[in-house]
Amino acid sequence: MSFLDLENVTKIYPNGTKAVNETSLSITEGELMVFVGPSGCGKSTLLRMIAGLEDITDGEIKLDNKIINKVDPSERDVAMVFQNYALYPHMNVFKNLSYGLKNKGESKEKIEKKVNEVAELLEIKEFLQRKPAQLSGGQRQRVAMGRAIVRNPKAFLFDEPLSNLDAKLRGQVRIEIKKLQKQMGVTSVFVTHDQVEAMTLGDRLAVINEGIIEQVGSPIEVYENPATFFVAEFIGTPQMNFINGKIKSNNFISEGFNCSLNSNINDQNVIFGIRPENLKVSPQGNIQMKVDLIEKLGADSIIYGYDKSNNYICYRENGNTNIKVNNEITLEIEEGKYHLFDKETKKRLN
Amino acid sequence: MKRVQFSSYFTQYFFIAPQLAIILIFLYLPIVQTFRDAFTIQDAFGFGRYFSGFDNFVFVLSDPNYITALKFTLIFIAVITFFSCSIGLLLAVQANNVIHGKSAYKTLLIWPYAIAPAVVGVTANYFFSERLGILYNFFNGLWGFDWYDNVYDAYIYVFIAASWKQISANFIFFLAGLQTIQKSIIEASIIDCKSSFRRFWTITFPLLMPTTFFLIIINITYSFFDTLGIIDTTTIGAPSGETKTLVYKAYIDGFRGLDLGSAGAQSIIMMLIVLVITVFQFRFIEGKIHYN
Repeated sequence: MSFLDLENVTKIYPNGTKAVNETSLSITEGELMVFVGPSGCGKSTLLRMIAGLEDITDGEIKLDNKIINKVDPSERDVAMVFQNYALYPHMNVFKNLSYGLKNKGESKEKIEKKVNEVAELLEIKEFLQRKPAQLSGGQRQRVAMGRAIVRNPKAFLFDEPLSNLDAKLRGQVRIEIKKLQKQMGVTSVFVTHDQVEAMTLGDRLAVINEGIIEQVGSPIEVYENPATFFVAEFIGTPQMNFINGKIKSNNFISEGFNCSLNSNINDQNVIFGIRPENLKVSPQGNIQMKVDLIEKLGADSIIYGYDKSNNYICYRENGNTNIKVNNEITLEIEEGKYHLFDKETKKRLN
Repeated sequence: MKRVQFSSYFTQYFFIAPQLAIILIFLYLPIVQTFRDAFTIQDAFGFGRYFSGFDNFVFVLSDPNYITALKFTLIFIAVITFFSCSIGLLLAVQANNVIHGKSAYKTLLIWPYAIAPAVVGVTANYFFSERLGILYNFFNGLWGFDWYDNVYDAYIYVFIAASWKQISANFIFFLAGLQTIQKSIIEASIIDCKSSFRRFWTITFPLLMPTTFFLIIINITYSFFDTLGIIDTTTIGAPSGETKTLVYKAYIDGFRGLDLGSAGAQSIIMMLIVLVITVFQFRFIEGKIHYN
């Protein structure tokens, strides 16, 4: 059942910039939805509109069947975790956690009980009397989470909460957030520009570009069946290979290579996409490549090179490859694993 | 680190000589002179002076006019500091929230800061002149305002004249202070607290405390020392010396009355007062401030 609904939501700034353009999306109860996209794509604006920090130019946002467009942020029953924690620096952790409850007029005993519960859950009990400045990055992050949890909201909103943490901690906190969210079953929206975060955290992803949702789906769906050229390009490291060409009677024809494929398209300019792991060295292959660079990552190796028409192509090999720079190799495309995009509309064709 | 070595002591002293000369002539020499004046009495024609111990101080402190000036100065400091800080803060908060024409508001509010105190006094004079003054006539219509005769009306006159310019100064610092507060902290509080009034007093104001503390000291110093020009161009102490500040009185007694002994003693008393106020502030207030 849908719980948080966006209907044709639009945001136009006073200077005329369209940050979000007629976006519709429904998020089911208990789901963790990730908004992912490059910086400036409107993902944060969308989140801030749900939180009530930006007003909505057009459209409707519903939370639990109630339109919240005009509801005061403090009464929307949402809690937000900010990128730089946004803890109140002059208050100790206890006061940071209790501030929202206090303003709602909860009784002192109730506040104390709740704060202690949350502090226990997040293992920050011993820091309750400390000021934020006396905490490490990870601890501050937990206090910020605590401040959201303590309000018992209908939705959690995360605005790139991991980007201030160092790489090792980021991985840990990511797992913590995911576990907590599942444990508490609270509907959540998580904004990030990091696709690893997006893939690992999300029950579903909304890939956003220039104020428009390009695709919504489970991480695997989005990875395996990108709906547009943008999604294909944005999701996956190393990036998908793209080759411009044409389809003629079930054949893809480009300057570098041709291959036969099963499609009902004819005589159309297309972009042919193939993920690095869907290429393998084989004598029957149709792409000839001269190796330019080898990245050995341990578990696997990424091999980069040029095809006959100088397209830069990469593919994934097992860790200890014996291919050398300047080798000439032939690559085979894994059956049916290619992606075709319209050259004009950039939409998926197959 | 590499240290620069000079071949002789002469070069070093040569370079700091201009600065030292300025400090000696304009800072230390007057201090020495003040002490000399305070503890001596000069004859009427300035031909000789003799050491008089604390006579000048006793004379000053037993003068009822001095006590009047002291009382007025304390009220003056409190009122100017309180009103110019709170109005400056109010304007800064409002200007910070304005979306359209933000820079126009800021510029207009900052302008008075550039005006010299004496010019402020002259300008205020126009507003409070008996025949032409807009404010004189306005207040006169309300309750028969007449600062030539009524002490409290004269207070109102100098309070308005002296705080007007200072509001701008406070505005600038408060605005700068507001802009250093992280936007996301304010946003977090918007989600946590519905009442913007409460938000201001529980989040914004505590985070502005370092600025406020700084401004309180600046304003006390201003109303104590820098308002001489304003008094001299507005009431000149009228009615009957009720609006003389300590600095103004010291100046009048010393340079118009040519009683240098009394002026010197008054200066030293003022120095002690400022010392006490400052120590008190740092001791009791600063500890309660959160610095980021």
